[in-house]
Amino acid sequence: MKKTAIQSGSPFRVTGEMTGVLLLALFIVVVLPLGLDTFRLNMVGKYLTYAFVALGLVLCWGSAGILSLGQGIFFGLGGYCMAMFLKLEASSPEATKIQSTPGIPDFMDWNQLTALPWFWEPFHSLTFSVVAVVAVPALLAFVVGLAMFKRRVGGVYFAIITQAFAAILTILIVGQQGYTGGINGITDLRTLKGWDIRTDEAKLVLYFVNAALLIGCILLCLYVRHSKLGRILVALRDKEDRVRFSGYDVANFKIFVFCFAAALSAVGGAMFTLQVGFMSPSFVGIVPSIEMVIYCAVGGRLSLLGAVYGTLLVNWAKTLLSESFPELWLFAMGALFIGVVMVFPNGLAGLYQQHLAPHLKRALSRGRPGVAAPAATIIPPHTAAD
Amino acid sequence: MSSDKTNGGLRSPFRRKLLLGMAALPAVGLLTRNAAAQALATDAVNTTKLAVTDSTVKVGILHSTTGTMAISETGSVQAEKLAIAQINEMGGVLGRKIEVIQEDGASDWPTFAEKARKLLVEDKVAAVFGCWTSASRKAVLPVFEQYNGMLYYPTFYEGLEQSKNVIYTGQEATQQILAGLDWVSKEKGAKSFFLIGSDYIWPRTSNKIARKHIEKNGQKVVGEEYFPLGHTQFNSVINKIKLTKPDVIYASVVGGSNVAFYKQLKAAGINLEKQTLMTISVTEDEMLGIGGENIAGAYACMKYFQSLKNPNNEKFVAAFKKMWGGESVIGDVTQAGYLGPWLWKLTAEKAQSFDVDKIAAASDGIEFTGAPEGYVRIHANHHLWSKTRVGRARMDGQFDMVYETADLIEPDPFPKGYQ
Repeated sequence: MKKTAIQSGSPFRVTGEMTGVLLLALFIVVVLPLGLDTFRLNMVGKYLTYAFVALGLVLCWGSAGILSLGQGIFFGLGGYCMAMFLKLEASSPEATKIQSTPGIPDFMDWNQLTALPWFWEPFHSLTFSVVAVVAVPALLAFVVGLAMFKRRVGGVYFAIITQAFAAILTILIVGQQGYTGGINGITDLRTLKGWDIRTDEAKLVLYFVNAALLIGCILLCLYVRHSKLGRILVALRDKEDRVRFSGYDVANFKIFVFCFAAALSAVGGAMFTLQVGFMSPSFVGIVPSIEMVIYCAVGGRLSLLGAVYGTLLVNWAKTLLSESFPELWLFAMGALFIGVVMVFPNGLAGLYQQHLAPHLKRALSRGRPGVAAPAATIIPPHTAAD
Repeated sequence: MSSDKTNGGLRSPFRRKLLLGMAALPAVGLLTRNAAAQALATDAVNTTKLAVTDSTVKVGILHSTTGTMAISETGSVQAEKLAIAQINEMGGVLGRKIEVIQEDGASDWPTFAEKARKLLVEDKVAAVFGCWTSASRKAVLPVFEQYNGMLYYPTFYEGLEQSKNVIYTGQEATQQILAGLDWVSKEKGAKSFFLIGSDYIWPRTSNKIARKHIEKNGQKVVGEEYFPLGHTQFNSVINKIKLTKPDVIYASVVGGSNVAFYKQLKAAGINLEKQTLMTISVTEDEMLGIGGENIAGAYACMKYFQSLKNPNNEKFVAAFKKMWGGESVIGDVTQAGYLGPWLWKLTAEKAQSFDVDKIAAASDGIEFTGAPEGYVRIHANHHLWSKTRVGRARMDGQFDMVYETADLIEPDPFPKGYQ
């Protein structure tokens, strides 16, 4: 798992993937900002935060075959950690002097709290908050993973349990509104260390930070996939028992990839909070978690880049359709999903691999005879994950 | 719905309108005459680049037409569209026809924020009529304050809020609660209350105010329980009600939970003809789902009932049914939604401008005599002066009004002594 190289992959695939990352970076960092006004760009920024979740799912579900229907938990926790810091900054005693207890967040005051709860205290520190953004969700994923995978709970049962966790956490957040803001969430976030995050300039900066983080995460995921670890993940997806009999502790690998996916989602959640300006339990529950799986499925659950494009496509469609047909858009979305699954079950990436890539490859190898690229192995045969 | 940037080309859309207007010559004649008579150049009424042309002004409607809240918010959309159609028939606002851009909040708070931003930044609407739940309002409020938009919000709500950029056309909590409690104490000699609500900010704040008022009057709260939104098992709380035997059950259960709550009350043998129940969350709209036979006899504390007898309301109900079908019912919030476009029109005419700053400043003291609920007036704190009314639920899904306050009640979103 240490320093395993990429050399085992075919040259075409590696260069192809890097070109893909470069093209995506170009698209996000240059094309979109030039082509869109700040409002639409901020919207794309919001969509891209979901792409972090989709990346995690590609590793967790696509590579390792662990379907989690509760990624919203981690997206939400990451977002809440960020929101708590921002909310405390927005609740200075001067800004909240009309409250009965100035200096605490407004929703606590509405719920008759008279002091800041102990677990809010550390969120005065930005460093702590940033660490918590990743650590809290990863820790929860670790505990859940430990409890499930060590007992060899997997497949559909695992999916259902993650879903249950999503429901539990939503109920917890909604029920404890004095501590969490309840169903309204944590709203009206203003500044980050004195820097107003609501202005157009701030939104632009945050967009680029978000884009850079996303590209960084994609590279990290690529590294994991091409490492020995990535291969073991694929192996345990396809034949778990053989991996176990070969002497690997399967559970540890699963726990790792689940925590990794959780941490990715959490980064997305934190960036979401920064760009949208609030966080609410509506991202934690079952429905958003499943929606995030859909983004990944539309993009192609085996392709990291496909997941990003899928996220963008689904969300664009959602926004445009709902703007054009406020009464009917949900039907159009439904049709889109059914269409995607019926026509190209491996998502956008599958479409690309099957129809576009061969042509590209032929065009490329014509220039370089002798490099006969092996057949793309991105798409596995249609075997059930379990 | 595509956002053509109408600001830039004032001339061409106007000319197109004139050409189109060959078929409707009289209307255009009236319009241009109006515009000429008032002599309000677009530059003068719109100094902040809103979507206003010589002949039109764009506004937004932002409610959930899909998702769990659609059932409640549809009425508000219908009322707002009715008001806008009526205003357009009368020649529009400052000589300009209102054009509506409708967006779907999809019962999802971030979507509300996104769409609010779209309406303000892309479409540059002069006003938005919309939002329903507190959560959606909280989500859009920073957007309206940042981009300086104007929101007309129709729902009765918990108070504790006041913004230059919002006109609250529903009641804040004290307006809805205090007079109703006084009435039930006097009329029914109530000594003990059982508070039950859905678990979010509005029921909790409302019950906080109710509890303070009850205890101030020397009466007693014998129970206070909350249930998550969408909860359908009320048996345990019904048992507690039976044990504590309160004089009044005070309910702020919202949405679909209502259906289960009233059916289970009835099944448990609690007869609302004998047991006094007062609710602040059931309007004619909810009655459709609950069924008159399950709730008949309960008292609701609102500011409007469809059955109100006054000429304004009779005209309003007739027009509403003509536009949206004879089966439609009109609840408290629907009526408050209807007030929004009218109040905005009156304010714009007083301010002689569509500029949000001028509208916000001119709102104080705006009177609307044509309101179905009767005369209303905007307070300096951007809430409405309005009456409190108590209605008794009938089998047919309507209410008989049994009490109304003599005077308009002053809105007090930050009530001293109730926090």
